[in-house]
Amino acid sequence: MSVLVLIEPNDELSLQAVTLGRILDSDVHGLSVEPAQAPVDVLHVAELGGTYAPAAWAAATVQLVERLAPSAVVAPGSDRGNDVLAHVAARLDLPMAANVTEVRGEEVTRQRWGGTLLEEARLHADLKLLSAAPFAFAASDDASRARVETFVPNFTPADTAVRVVESISASTGGVSLADAKVVVSGGRGVGSSEGFAILEELAALLEAAVGCSRVVTSAGWRPHTDQVGQTGTKVSPDLYIACGISGATQHIAGCKGAKKLLAINADPEATIFGHADYAVIGDLHEIVPAISAELRKARAT
Amino acid sequence: MKILVAVKRVPITGGKMVLTEDAQAIQTRHLGFTISPHEECGVEEAVRIVEAQGGEVVVLTLGPAEAEEQLRESMALGADRAIHLVSDEEWDAQATASALLEAIRVEQPFDLLVFGNESADAGNYQVGIRIAYALGLPVVTGLKGLTVLDGRARCEQEVTGGRDVYDVPLPAVVTVREGLNLPRYPSVPAKLRANRKPVDARPVERPPSKLEKLRLVVPEGQGKQAEILGRGAEAAPAVVEVMQRLGVA
Repeated sequence: MSVLVLIEPNDELSLQAVTLGRILDSDVHGLSVEPAQAPVDVLHVAELGGTYAPAAWAAATVQLVERLAPSAVVAPGSDRGNDVLAHVAARLDLPMAANVTEVRGEEVTRQRWGGTLLEEARLHADLKLLSAAPFAFAASDDASRARVETFVPNFTPADTAVRVVESISASTGGVSLADAKVVVSGGRGVGSSEGFAILEELAALLEAAVGCSRVVTSAGWRPHTDQVGQTGTKVSPDLYIACGISGATQHIAGCKGAKKLLAINADPEATIFGHADYAVIGDLHEIVPAISAELRKARAT
Repeated sequence: MKILVAVKRVPITGGKMVLTEDAQAIQTRHLGFTISPHEECGVEEAVRIVEAQGGEVVVLTLGPAEAEEQLRESMALGADRAIHLVSDEEWDAQATASALLEAIRVEQPFDLLVFGNESADAGNYQVGIRIAYALGLPVVTGLKGLTVLDGRARCEQEVTGGRDVYDVPLPAVVTVREGLNLPRYPSVPAKLRANRKPVDARPVERPPSKLEKLRLVVPEGQGKQAEILGRGAEAAPAVVEVMQRLGVA
């Protein structure tokens, strides 16, 4: 039997999905709707005949499933991956396990609550539909073997009715939260919208992005685009600086990808310290400006 | 416009996950509950559309008797009435979609059906999509922007580097994400009005799960031992030293 992996071009999460595919079976096929590179045995490239259309990708997947009769379809644990796989699940009326971290025969372990809780479940289906939880698998890096086969799927009008009609590029002046090497993030302890000035000052010195917790966006102190968390952006910087953030699971789900976490909090019992590599205890309103001053001093000498 | 919004009752988990003894659920004895965040934005969006264009917002949930709280919260935001499928058990996504679908079919036609992109707790990413297929309607997921005008929905998705826009005819299914809007704080009169709005509650029986939950597990990694760099402003030199060591200063 084979495994079919959905592939997006230049996408780390797709390469992680290939790794899960290899764990399940040695014969791994890929399906992409754009030209792509992937470390699979055969890469099928389906022509959508226009801009991106999720239902069309799902239709192509179902047609390839009929031809290859794989034991599993694996999608990357991305927005598009989970979206298209759910379309496939609806078309085939099969169960789907999203954000899987492990497969043992018919049992899977999958993430709940943005990865802060795991569920062990049994999947009752001959064809497993799985998305690979982000960063649960190392990215497969062997790109040497893929044989590319293009194919033109048969689409009904409904398959292509929903497609991208316009792409708007974001005109962000600053560093993007998702790609930042350092994130300076504030929570309830910052106290107000104006309180973020000292975080912005430190972020400018570090060429960092400014983030915040859900409390802050709910209060309207910062826009939702700045929110790090389960319902916001998931970040993976080298250093995450959490200022006045208590450490609710909602927030941890967004920043657990950080290599190192520095927590600044007045409450020595704050949950965030249990997730931190470095801790400073005290009032962020004094500590953050002091760090900025110290950075300037270090650079002047 | 007749708009359906599906909502789910979820606990506010705070800092630490603690499980029940049988590992089937989170220990919620000391926790509050809320509408799953994406769906709260769904209710707000539906109410705004109906406030501007007229019509009706119906909220639908599958959950325990206590989920009436979340239906009342939704009606305090401005929804007109509620349908409550009552069950104490946890349903998998496929079974959830079937149960919701049965309730929706009776109430059709809706112009717009709104779901959360994924629930905060189970995170299955599929209920809205399954219902769209069953009803033969177009579906766009993960919306951060929605404009409903002249029988069409302009749907904006956040993607790397910007936004993708889809334009679909109504009726349609959409799944939305937090950040689509900032939900209002309901006023006291709105809460009082919500208590008088109708809730149609009926028991439902759970079919066998095809994605069958066996047990929940709290992942390792909580309870790290942080290196304390100091207290107050005096810690600044030690912080900068760490930044230099990490190569980010």
